[in-house]
Amino acid sequence: MPTVTLKVNGKKQSADVDPRTLLVQFLREHLRLTGTHVGCDTSQCGACVVHVNGHAVKSCTMFALSAEGADVLTIEGLANGSALHPMQEAFRENHGLQCGFCTPGMIMTAVDMVKRKGNDLDEETIRHELEGNLCRCTGYHNIVKAIAAGAKAMKSGAKTGKAA
Amino acid sequence: MHSFTYHRPVNVKAAQALLAKAKDASLLAGGQTLIPSLKLRLTDFDNIVDLKAIKGLDKIEVKGKNLLIGALATHGAVATSAVVKRAIPALAKLAGMIGDPAVRNVGTIGGSVANNDPAADYPGALLALNATVITSKRKIPADKFFKGLFETALGKGEIILQVSFPIPKKAGYAKFRNPASRFALVGVFVADDGKTARAAVTGAGEQGVFRSKELEAALKKGFKPESVAGVKVSANGLNSDIHAAADYRAHLIGVMAKRAIEAAA
Amino acid sequence: MTSTVTGIGAAVRRKEDQRFITGQGHYTDDIRREGQLHAYFLRSPHPHATIKKIDTAKAEKMPGVAAVLTGVELAADKIGNLICGWAISSKDGSPMNMGPHPALAQGKVRHVGDQVAVVIAETLNQAKDAAAAIDVDYAVLTAVADPAKARDPKAAQIHDNAPKNTIYEWSLGDQAATDAAFKNAKHVTRLKIINNRMIPNAIEPRAAIGDYDAGTDSSTLWVTSQNPHVHRLVMAAFMGLAPENKFRVIAPDVGGGFGSKIFIYAEESVCLWAAKRLKRPVRWTGERSESFQTDAHGRDHVTSAELALDAGGKILGLRVKTIANLGAYMSTFSSSVPTYLYATLLSGQYDIPAIYCEVDAVYTNTVPVDAYRGAGRPEACYVIERLMEVAARELHVDPAELRRKNFIRKFPHQTPVIMAYDIGDHDATLKKALEIADVKGFGQRKQEASRRGKLLGLGYSTYIEACGIAPSAAVGSLGAGVGLWESAEVRVNPTGSVEILTGSHSHGQGHETTFAQLVCERLGIPIEQVTIVHGDTDKVQFGMGTYGSRSGPVGMTAIVKALDKIEAKAKKIAGHLLEASPGDIEFKNGKFTVAGTDKSLAFGEVALAAYVGHKFPTNEIEPGLKEGSFYDPTNFTFPSGCHICEVEIDPETGHTKIARWTAVDDFGVLINPMIVEGQVHGGIAQGIGQALLENCVYDDDAQLVTGSYMDYTMPRADDLPSFNVGTTVTKCPSNPLGIKGCGEAGAIAAPVALINAVTDAVGSEDITMPATAQTVWQAIQKTHRQRKAAE
Ligand code: FES
Ligand code: FES
Repeated sequence: MPTVTLKVNGKKQSADVDPRTLLVQFLREHLRLTGTHVGCDTSQCGACVVHVNGHAVKSCTMFALSAEGADVLTIEGLANGSALHPMQEAFRENHGLQCGFCTPGMIMTAVDMVKRKGNDLDEETIRHELEGNLCRCTGYHNIVKAIAAGAKAMKSGAKTGKAA
Repeated sequence: MHSFTYHRPVNVKAAQALLAKAKDASLLAGGQTLIPSLKLRLTDFDNIVDLKAIKGLDKIEVKGKNLLIGALATHGAVATSAVVKRAIPALAKLAGMIGDPAVRNVGTIGGSVANNDPAADYPGALLALNATVITSKRKIPADKFFKGLFETALGKGEIILQVSFPIPKKAGYAKFRNPASRFALVGVFVADDGKTARAAVTGAGEQGVFRSKELEAALKKGFKPESVAGVKVSANGLNSDIHAAADYRAHLIGVMAKRAIEAAA
Repeated sequence: MTSTVTGIGAAVRRKEDQRFITGQGHYTDDIRREGQLHAYFLRSPHPHATIKKIDTAKAEKMPGVAAVLTGVELAADKIGNLICGWAISSKDGSPMNMGPHPALAQGKVRHVGDQVAVVIAETLNQAKDAAAAIDVDYAVLTAVADPAKARDPKAAQIHDNAPKNTIYEWSLGDQAATDAAFKNAKHVTRLKIINNRMIPNAIEPRAAIGDYDAGTDSSTLWVTSQNPHVHRLVMAAFMGLAPENKFRVIAPDVGGGFGSKIFIYAEESVCLWAAKRLKRPVRWTGERSESFQTDAHGRDHVTSAELALDAGGKILGLRVKTIANLGAYMSTFSSSVPTYLYATLLSGQYDIPAIYCEVDAVYTNTVPVDAYRGAGRPEACYVIERLMEVAARELHVDPAELRRKNFIRKFPHQTPVIMAYDIGDHDATLKKALEIADVKGFGQRKQEASRRGKLLGLGYSTYIEACGIAPSAAVGSLGAGVGLWESAEVRVNPTGSVEILTGSHSHGQGHETTFAQLVCERLGIPIEQVTIVHGDTDKVQFGMGTYGSRSGPVGMTAIVKALDKIEAKAKKIAGHLLEASPGDIEFKNGKFTVAGTDKSLAFGEVALAAYVGHKFPTNEIEPGLKEGSFYDPTNFTFPSGCHICEVEIDPETGHTKIARWTAVDDFGVLINPMIVEGQVHGGIAQGIGQALLENCVYDDDAQLVTGSYMDYTMPRADDLPSFNVGTTVTKCPSNPLGIKGCGEAGAIAAPVALINAVTDAVGSEDITMPATAQTVWQAIQKTHRQRKAAE
């Protein structure tokens, strides 16, 4: 079996994998980082979103081997020690989650959104940017609120995670 | 997913050599279409050749009167590229409408063009802009490249390196999304090179992307929305599915053409 | 009761969120068992076929394969069928025709996705590879998917014991009185209604892990369940999978249910059974395409409805005839949904003297249909609220006015369809909704939109639902196989912290927070000292689970009853400690005080004393502080409210944009308004999904056309607006907290408000759900043509 070597949440990882192994399976099965979820088989729900080299990616639609040498950040690595990332805090503060299943993907997508679109996000932008993330519980209302608030809070200089 | 051997060449030559040797191989660029198809066992290959490690294939530049986009440029890169926005703003806009942000971060122009999904956005842009696909073997004009559903002129072992777009005077794109998949139910790309106007339609044709005779004839009256107002687009040869019957698609082609011209820059 | 920052009425941030926002949740698929095997189900590609032969020989020899099992082994092990636990009788008194539903097909498959065989292997890939090597010889039969065609004599016969595919022909109400009302009517509004079929789509797919310990002959099942005890009961008592006393069911974090995780399914049954056969843990996690083919679908009614009115617009009677599609097999509670959860709510918020409803339930070659958020009540609300809106338009009266004219204002109110509404103020919710929605300004907005070439429309829905399901004797008399009470146990620890064990199950509802708020309020202890335990049959003795907006009114009331007992006992102990009679002890803000003195003890001190047992006579008062309660509600609860939807339609494309959404609900007392609002948002989104986007489509051959997110339209963020939500309060009289439940309101009220708005904008009543761009565009074309023809 070929070997993949990459960094996950700042820590170097190396493993032999069946080439079919998807990045999400590698994270969940090999590293037991089960915060990244799988909600579909057509790359549409976004429950699996992680950052690869600083960009949001659907980890269900990338082979682990393709992430060779990459820097991967998952929901587990987003907080800075016990201090939550401002986006995590904003989801709690604004009741941006119910069952929590879509939440890791939503939060990772939101952080990527802020990186690309800035800290002042209007409702229309946020809704449009969430095209690749499904939530069945919240009706998105509070997710949109949470992301707007989290984006603002990220401006005030809070640290982001263990990876670059 | 069926099992396969994974290859990760570091340059085009090595990739070509692999393709020449390996039987039943597929290239893997962004994988945003290939991987879901493999997962659902809709397709399978003995060999997967991942292009990710090949450097320099994602370059975006203007050379003379052409915009050149490397095959591995992601949709996200094209959408936000200052070069593209200056040269062909409609193309940047189109790239920003593909899939969703996470898909755009990974999916590539080369992958999209090679796959020729009948509801993908890029093929319409290539046709309307009279682009040329530059491969490891030759240059193929867009008019000769797209050959029906998921079919292209690419031969075995041929790798797309770049797409070259002549910079038009004006171009515009409007799409009406399939509500479920968010692919194009109807997408119309219009371009005016100063002499002639071309209009290509994606999402609607039974045989995939096509240039619309009706629209192009109407645009002879000038590259303005009024020219296409009231154009009757035939429903013949258009798709019917649960989301849109052929007559609705035909109607939408007219509406999207008008909106594409209105938005053209 | 005093409200504090963490007590009743406070928008407490959720305790459970910490684990979810950091990726530390424990969903079923996150769990690994040593030595586990993977199950993969081979499913039928045919909607209807007899199985002539299954050849598993090749598959069994494939690498990693531990077993290939079919209906033959299932029968040999005498595993019982999946059952429907609610008996509905036909008008003529005959019992419903329940066809056998084995967990693995026996001789016949009846829908696309029906389980034919299971492969159990070391890895999932190996299981899938082997499944592809199973050779099944099918004799394909004709199939039927359309409920309106199921009883055609030429239609496929799906179950031998159900002639003409009919499960029951049921009725409710007084036919003669209703017919008489129609004779006296000045105006009759008639509608044909299709309530479209939904696929639930909780984002967490269903999953299960079966485990068996041969040493103790005990079984454990982790399963995505809204009601682990019901799972255990059915699997033990009816399927014979394990004795109840040696069988533990754990429903850990569950990623949304919406009804679909109430039911007992084939996959978890097979995992449990196979684990025992193989003496190794067996796991299965559904892929989304399997969810589409196996999770019980929702709705799917074909209805004709008539409303009789007098000259003044007062309703005289309502007549409804519905065909309900229950799919290829009867799912766990499927029979109750189009009957007692549907026809009993047809009276809406209105004083209707006579109602008669007939429901014919049929089998088709489709996935079983069962409760989906709202379950029967959205269908009822759709019928009455469409009729009201159309009647108002036909009579040229303001739809709000016609509703007002018919509102029930005297409570309690006995409807002609069983329900006894206890309380409500429909004028208040309507009034507040009209204000928030700025209906006054609608005319102006419509003009402004028309200048932009857009069509604006306004639609109402004044809904009522029956929640807090349900008084056991009442449902028992209607055919339910179970009681619908709830249990709670309060365990006070010697340090004064508290564990609440509840039979309710949270899969997004936030019980860990709201239930703790109740305890804070009652015992005056900090919320951090309260832990809610649920979802494990080894910890919680019994419970009926979470659905039908019952966890507040029923589940929390059970906790109140147990807390009452805690308080009573603690007072006795405090009396001894404070040397006063228990009658003189007051308990407030966490303190036991001798009335009229400043002698007091904190709750924690009494808790400790209770366990130490030194200072009170333990022959009179047992040591310890733990109480339980089984609470059976005395009535349903009746949340009600008004939703107003404003849409803007692009006539060129037919695309509908929701311009405004207003919801004013009366849920009684709110425990946590933040969580209640969240429930409303989610419900509305599912309602809008049904009315605007979602549709499960089978073709004429009963193949599932919308088998993935590529064709089934899930509501996305940019399909929806932000919602304007308000509340009014009439306290529910039937429970001590005065709460009514809020989980389903949005899904019940929303679809019809949206369709009422779209039909208003287009000027045609001829629009069925979902109002996709194409549907609306076609309706616009048709009205244009009709107008032209009329000119
Ligand atoms: S699991 Fe990756 S998009 Fe759904
Ligand atoms: S919180 Fe349940 S799916 Fe989003």
